[in-house]
Amino acid sequence: MIDKTYSPLSSKLHEWVTTADHKKLGVMYIVCGILYLFVAGCEALMIRWQLAVPENDVLSAETYNAFFTMHGTTMIFLVGMPIILGAANYFIPLMIGARDMAFPRLNAFGFWLFFFGGLLLYFSFLGGQGLSGEEGAPDVGWFAYAPLTSTTFSPGSSTDYWIISLFVAGMGSIMTAINLVTTILTMRCKGMTLMKMPIFAWMMLVDAILILIALPTLAAIQIMLLLDRQFGAHFFDAQAGADPLIWQHLFWFFGHPEVYILILPGFAFVSEVTPVFSRKVLFGYPLMVVATVSIGFIALGVWAHHMFATGLSPTILAYFSGATFLIGVPTGMKVFNWIATLWGGQIRFATPMLFAVGFIAMFTIGGLTGIMLAVVPMDWQLSDTYFVVGHFHFVLFGGLLFAIFSGFFYWFPKVTGKMLNETLGKWQFWFLFAGFLLTFGPMHFSGFEGMPRRIYTYMPNRGLEFYNMLSSIGAVVQVFGFGLFVVNVLHSLRKGKPAGDDPWDAWTLEWSTTSPPPPWNFATLPSIASRRPLWDSKHPDDPDWKYE
Amino acid sequence: MTSQPNSISVPKMLPHGHVGMMSVITTEIFFFASLIVVYLAYLGKSISGPTPEELLSIGLVSINTVALLASSVTIILALKALRSCNQKKFLAWLFVTVALGTWFLVGTAIEWTGLIGDAHFTLQTNLFGSTFYTLVGFHAFHVTFGVCALSFIWFCGFMGWVQKKHHQNIEYVSWYWHFVDTVWIAVFLVVYVIGR
Amino acid sequence: MLVFGVIGIIFVVTQGALVWSLIRYRARGDETTEPPQIYGSNPIELAWTVIPILIVFILFLVTTRTIYSLDMQEPPEGALRVKVTGHQWWWEFEYLDLDFVTAGELHVPKGVPVFLDLRSADVIHSFWVPRLSGKTDCIPNRENHLWFQADEIGTWYGQCAEFCGTQHAKMLIRVISEEESEFEAWVANQKLDAPQVPTPLNGKEMFLSLACVNCHNVNGIMMQGGFAPNLTHLMSRDTIASGAAENTPENLKQWLRDPNSIKDGCRMPNMMLTEDQIDSLVEFLTTLK
Repeated sequence: MIDKTYSPLSSKLHEWVTTADHKKLGVMYIVCGILYLFVAGCEALMIRWQLAVPENDVLSAETYNAFFTMHGTTMIFLVGMPIILGAANYFIPLMIGARDMAFPRLNAFGFWLFFFGGLLLYFSFLGGQGLSGEEGAPDVGWFAYAPLTSTTFSPGSSTDYWIISLFVAGMGSIMTAINLVTTILTMRCKGMTLMKMPIFAWMMLVDAILILIALPTLAAIQIMLLLDRQFGAHFFDAQAGADPLIWQHLFWFFGHPEVYILILPGFAFVSEVTPVFSRKVLFGYPLMVVATVSIGFIALGVWAHHMFATGLSPTILAYFSGATFLIGVPTGMKVFNWIATLWGGQIRFATPMLFAVGFIAMFTIGGLTGIMLAVVPMDWQLSDTYFVVGHFHFVLFGGLLFAIFSGFFYWFPKVTGKMLNETLGKWQFWFLFAGFLLTFGPMHFSGFEGMPRRIYTYMPNRGLEFYNMLSSIGAVVQVFGFGLFVVNVLHSLRKGKPAGDDPWDAWTLEWSTTSPPPPWNFATLPSIASRRPLWDSKHPDDPDWKYE
Repeated sequence: MTSQPNSISVPKMLPHGHVGMMSVITTEIFFFASLIVVYLAYLGKSISGPTPEELLSIGLVSINTVALLASSVTIILALKALRSCNQKKFLAWLFVTVALGTWFLVGTAIEWTGLIGDAHFTLQTNLFGSTFYTLVGFHAFHVTFGVCALSFIWFCGFMGWVQKKHHQNIEYVSWYWHFVDTVWIAVFLVVYVIGR
Repeated sequence: MLVFGVIGIIFVVTQGALVWSLIRYRARGDETTEPPQIYGSNPIELAWTVIPILIVFILFLVTTRTIYSLDMQEPPEGALRVKVTGHQWWWEFEYLDLDFVTAGELHVPKGVPVFLDLRSADVIHSFWVPRLSGKTDCIPNRENHLWFQADEIGTWYGQCAEFCGTQHAKMLIRVISEEESEFEAWVANQKLDAPQVPTPLNGKEMFLSLACVNCHNVNGIMMQGGFAPNLTHLMSRDTIASGAAENTPENLKQWLRDPNSIKDGCRMPNMMLTEDQIDSLVEFLTTLK
């Protein structure tokens, strides 16, 4: 039992700033990610306010363009990445029976790179200059297509902020990925072969390998763009003979794996929560692993489905269409596995499970609209419209964010020792679910009606007013959900019910420690015999290893 | 755990550094692959300005290449000496490795001085200029980093600070060095052989 | 339709299974033991791997067939050929065989295939008129193609579909499909030089002297521009500024007073004209029928 002595704020701060402990770093990542979630959420609210009615003038064109760019960039790089890497940081060592990550100091370095990269991006609001010299923040879209990003068309420094801040933050992600791969491959406890580690660990392993492959490509093109902008190079200079599609090919070679990098941890969270709250083992673990690895591989080969309208040859179009269809198969397998886990169970609808079920439902819809987009001739209508915006918000909000909330409500007791309030949690879920559907459902229809993406306003009498108004109302509904979340967290941190070691009656190793775990995680490193070590100890007459 | 199966399999774990360095090398592979892809995509596409055929001469660069590849051999010899605790031999071969790496860098500097000074060929000249200096430059940057690391190790060895527990890490640095050499083979083939 | 059907069936099956299991297997709160632990089932897992592969394969075949059948890299017999150039933030249309240039609005004859060469003068744009065809990007240094055929008379709305900067939202397209005879009449007018109408307020002289001609061409009066929309037959268009406003004298005046008030951030500079200059210029512009 650690002696809780009085320590002044300055030494507490010092402890956190200099820490290399995976748990503290994990918490820091997640806290930052959640703060940025609210910032990006405010940007989204402004976007929805502007788009609530046609020809609105709440935001100027320049400001709107900066807001949608920052909303996307923030959500992906400053919300998604830190939260998933933070969760991996916190739980991988605990789940595999290790004391820390393989390279603790590299871990800390990676966090601070992310931290300062994020600050640099937001400093652009003050320091940068946009497309027309007014707005400071980047305003070229989160995928920053050339040649819009050249100094000719983007004369201010806002694009440079985009490049450098994401380059720095990306380095941090790469370092964490190196750490995760090494930790998972070399620090599993006795008895934990690769096929006996929690499915969460498999998903994070594939995820980290994708990061190792995809992020360097982004770094390379960011360097090329910076060389163009600041040193007179011609990588994306059409006048010198460059091909703007080079940016797109290489960006999406990063960008598509990036979205799988974002969602795989969501799969991981839901794959841990669903069994515990159905009281059943995860159905089909071996094929889940195969599906995860397949997704990793195929994800590297579908990038040009973001480029179907660029005039590629029919053969190339057909290939990428086919590969995109193909990735639907292992993804579908996972959905079936989750449903099969629920089937025959005793489903407890605590908040983590509400979000997990919401995830399964919403992510499936997002996956199906993705299949529609893979049909190239349909994509020629739907690409670059609000249909796509609807699609990716279904997979990233209804998908990833719901999975994040599921994991958050599931593991908050372990991290803090306190339970979150169930009533507030349930209200949060229903507000978010309703608001989410109201905002992003209609977008599929406005896309079909011809509303392109990234427009600061739209003409009246084109059939778009109704859908946009619904979307904007949905945003307001969501505010209540997010507000309840904040209230719940702040209240529970101080007055939450004590959680104990294992409040959910779960089965993986992290639930065998105290809540929160001691700095060294385990007094003695465990040795396990099956995928659910705690099931084995709770059911000594009927352990898992007999059936695996 | 109260009940155990008859045998718990103990997975054989690789050392952290193995996986760590292989991960680093993986990221570098994709970084250089991106630069090489762009180089190849833009080959022959410059609208104006000099072409690889006109500017690049394979003679000097071949010598540099031999030097760099030889340094991969010498570093293996250095590690062999290290493992058999032959401090003098280790330092000698490591010194040669650093020297060969430096030769490569100096050779590159000479080539670039000619290109920039005499031919006025820079990053800004045309597509070829942009892709050439970026690809070769980043490789040279990685060589420089390797030379610095190896020099630091040499210095530590010279001061007698290197102990048995450092041997594995030194080997990881040698892996990085081998990787840098392998990238050069690819760059050399793409830029000086295929591209001309 | 096939796609909607397949997606619909998958949706119903998966969501149905999900909802059913949530209802049927809800914990009643009085359970004392854990439910049977099912680790997997080879036949079931095989089935839900193979069946999706088959479904996906069918979709792939249908998609590939459609891609190839829609592909057209050469203009068909009798097609109307137009070279479309995307600019920040307006559309230039050059009718290739008919030898004239216009902007913002594309007239086409009903029932005739229209074959577009798509180019860009600056950044990536995307030409999209939803009810006529899918979109295809306009990429600098690259010529893409798009074809459509309007089988009905009408005005079809579209807009740029690739973010191209500040006024991407107002880079609108109008395609007007009309009877052959009306189309011919429109073409005949477009091929003429600007009508020589006397302008008491000296609008034409003002247009020539105030640097307008450095960007805007008016056939028969001055052709040294080209950077901005061709204004020869400005009054034959429904809108100005590529759809940003109705083509009325009041809007023309407002545009000249301050382009940014209609299309904030657009490339036309505010020429700091006096009201008198504006009046006389608009008088001239309204003669360009």
